Amino acid sequence: MTTKTRGRGTLKSVNGKFDITVNINGKDKPLQVSAGEYLLDALRREGYKGAKRGCDNGDCGTCTILLDGKPALSCMMFAAQAHGRKVVTIEGLGAPDRPHPIQSAFAEAGAVQCGFCIPGMVLAAKALLDENPDPDEAQARRALDGNLCRCTGYVKQIEAVLLAAKKLQTTGKGGKR
Amino acid sequence: MNPDVSDKRDFTVVNHRVEKIDAIALACGTAQFTDDIDIRGLLVGRVLYSPHAHARIRKIDTREAKKVPGVLAVLTHEDLPRVRHTTAGQGHPEPSPYDTLVLSEKARYVGDRIAAVAAETAEAAEEALSKIKVDYEILPPVFDTMEAMKEGAPVIHDEDDSKNIPDAGHNICAKFDFEVKESEWFSEADVVIDQWYKTQWAQHCALEPHVAITYFDGEGRLVIRTSTQVPFHCRRITAKVLRIPVKSIRVIKPRIGGGFGSKQEVLLEPVCAALTLATRRPVKIELTRKETFVSSRTRHPFVLRLKTGVKKDGAITDAHMEVYCDNGAYGAHSLTVMMCSGSHTLPMYQAKNSRFIGRSVYTNLPVGGAYRGFGATQGFFAWESQMDMMAERIGMDPIEFRRKNYIRSGEGSPVFKAMGEGREGIEQKIASCGMDECIDQGMAAFGWHERKERNRQQSGPVRRGLGCACLMQGSGIPEVDMAAASIKMNEDGSFNLHMGATDLGTGSDTVLAQIAAEVLGITVKDIIVLSSDTDLTPFDVGAYASSTTFISGNAVKKAALHAREQIVKVAAKILDAKPSEVDLMDGKAVAGGRSCLLSEVAHTAFYYHDQHQIMGVASHYAQSSPPPFAAHFAEVSVDTETGQVVVLDYVSTVDCGTAINPTLAEGQNDGAVLNGLSYALCEEMAFSPSGAMTNASFRDYKIFSTADAPPFKTILIPTYEADGPFGAKSVSEIGINGPQPAIANAIYDAVGVRLFAPPFTPEKVLKALKAKP
Repeated sequence: MTTKTRGRGTLKSVNGKFDITVNINGKDKPLQVSAGEYLLDALRREGYKGAKRGCDNGDCGTCTILLDGKPALSCMMFAAQAHGRKVVTIEGLGAPDRPHPIQSAFAEAGAVQCGFCIPGMVLAAKALLDENPDPDEAQARRALDGNLCRCTGYVKQIEAVLLAAKKLQTTGKGGKR
Repeated sequence: MNPDVSDKRDFTVVNHRVEKIDAIALACGTAQFTDDIDIRGLLVGRVLYSPHAHARIRKIDTREAKKVPGVLAVLTHEDLPRVRHTTAGQGHPEPSPYDTLVLSEKARYVGDRIAAVAAETAEAAEEALSKIKVDYEILPPVFDTMEAMKEGAPVIHDEDDSKNIPDAGHNICAKFDFEVKESEWFSEADVVIDQWYKTQWAQHCALEPHVAITYFDGEGRLVIRTSTQVPFHCRRITAKVLRIPVKSIRVIKPRIGGGFGSKQEVLLEPVCAALTLATRRPVKIELTRKETFVSSRTRHPFVLRLKTGVKKDGAITDAHMEVYCDNGAYGAHSLTVMMCSGSHTLPMYQAKNSRFIGRSVYTNLPVGGAYRGFGATQGFFAWESQMDMMAERIGMDPIEFRRKNYIRSGEGSPVFKAMGEGREGIEQKIASCGMDECIDQGMAAFGWHERKERNRQQSGPVRRGLGCACLMQGSGIPEVDMAAASIKMNEDGSFNLHMGATDLGTGSDTVLAQIAAEVLGITVKDIIVLSSDTDLTPFDVGAYASSTTFISGNAVKKAALHAREQIVKVAAKILDAKPSEVDLMDGKAVAGGRSCLLSEVAHTAFYYHDQHQIMGVASHYAQSSPPPFAAHFAEVSVDTETGQVVVLDYVSTVDCGTAINPTLAEGQNDGAVLNGLSYALCEEMAFSPSGAMTNASFRDYKIFSTADAPPFKTILIPTYEADGPFGAKSVSEIGINGPQPAIANAIYDAVGVRLFAPPFTPEKVLKALKAKP
């Protein structure tokens, strides 16, 4: 069986498995995935547990990753579709001992309650701030509207995005990378 | 020791906006939720649900299912001990009827659990489910709360081994009546209003679905890693239903992705553990979003009647409250949620005559459970709507009418004594009440008078209106809930704080660390928190009833004081002072101008003199449940052509005593209010004529996103509650009770129609507008 991946050649499957290469958090990673395997499942299997499963239906945004710099729902695409593309997961931004300014901003603003939706939101915020380093409140609100949260009421998360913008401008990490 | 520590008010850690201790790890995706570990050989557990609302199971044939390659176990009720229990994680003995089996012997709703399988892969598990043959005898169902109680209605619990169902023949799973009477009913009233209300089915919608992983550790003990609010109840109930000793079970609660009450149910752990017992392998059951909607728990819908009498001068003379709580197929939290609809509302406004008639009712629909607000939400919708109606009838301003009647500091209520949670309550007098400030500051911040004035001149199809609601709740369950904590000093002056209290995203690990830090004169950075592991931490009833800050907080404070006493003794020797002269601050012990580091104190205790472990341990059992108070203010616009209601602005004030962490307290209230707004305007579980939920996804069951959230603001009103740790009361639930009545009142103010059955969808508003004379 073969399958076409847009502009990135044809994949051949052996016993229903595809060998693909995905650039995850800046490094090319060879992966063996099944034909019907979703990217979320493949990522979690490979240890990227920051991508969460909230609905498996593209409705909640907890599985958000960046695909070639844009927010994408990893529960709504096959792993094989990521072949040859750039995926950024929350683990690619920072870690507790060296957090990304957006991650620090979410913590400082009190935007993290249970935290299950936060990795997806941080990545949605990253995509916004890469495009628009100085968003207003309405733009921040719109950037997060695909990421549901039941704990916070979103008040402090919007504040966090605006705080993150300030931090990035000060540290000079803003804009497209 | 320094006598001021226990009720000090010049705080260094408490009442400060300390960053949530797990926030960075959560924002980096490294904090581990239940499913965020890899276990070798983990099997997939799946459950077979009933497609019928009411059916007797004649026979289940699992032979073909067991033959599917990769399937290791197929279980039905015949394979498990027949132990009737309640899934409600409450204090023992639970006030809910014992009417449930882990896997049911009869289908009582579409979504009832009939069988479970464990397999090497999800595909094998699904194939096995499809090959289980169940021979159902279809029975007539009943879906209406009031119909279910009638003579001749189908009897849902006709089994003979259930316990504590007051009237199974009429589908009544809980009942409670109470009356206090000073005069003839309605004899002193100038105006009597008799009104029925109906609230809707709703689901918690925690973003993390319910998930449990069970396995045997190296010593053969059963480990349950689970998304629970009640780890100790989970251990007790799982042991009971599977007939294994409590000591053979360890429950671990990792990070939890929200609960809001649905994870106060012991739902997955027994069935997952049964699969591990059957296979001797690790098993995971993770609910899908659809399963979470249908087969976890819901907010009980209520039918309520309020018949109230009021004098022209604004005194409320009579309060007759009748509630019919739809519990669905099983009686989880049936008595307690039903009672809280009265016990949290009736004391708010003092009437001479008060009566409560409560029934919880079985129907063939999904099961009600604990849900933030816990009955008070349903009760306050009716009460705060009725308050506006009464004010209008006697020609009084609705806010002044409330001011005239709400309970004040120093006052008690016969209701406190008569109605507890599932049993008699306790006498208590209100010690702290910030309601006046809640109203004053809320009105000012909202600009109530200015908006009122502006709204006098309106034209066109879109009209604006204002509404308010006043609220109270409790802080834990008095003389029922118990929490314990221990705190152990390390040689570098850090401390391990171990407590049963369960942080399900609320921030209680941080709040409790702040309380300990305040007592010990350190920062939260020197406290290593471990909570909710039944092997390692002391007992706690768990996270429910707005109890954690108030009850677990008191336990932590006492444990820290216990450790402090020991520190002070050692430090006094080092500093050559009397223990009473020693104070702890900035990580040091100080006395008379001299100081030593806490690490020196610990070193001395470990290695040098009178060697011992400095360690505090304490329990707390509350004898009061001081209510937090709140006032909510809403402005809405109503489009008279489409029926669309838009919340233009919303301000909520809340008196939670001392906010141990103002940022987290605001977050609790923000989240409760937004959930309430969403519940008021759009959330409703819908069912087909045969009882199947028809909108079991976030696409079809809408919860508010950032695009839907209106501008809203939380204002904390500080008071000092003497019974609370450093003056704290609860904050987590109260906010959800306000939006429904505040918005209903605002809709009425805008267009003169009153809606008695939320959610206030365009269809309902338009229909009401058309029916308006």
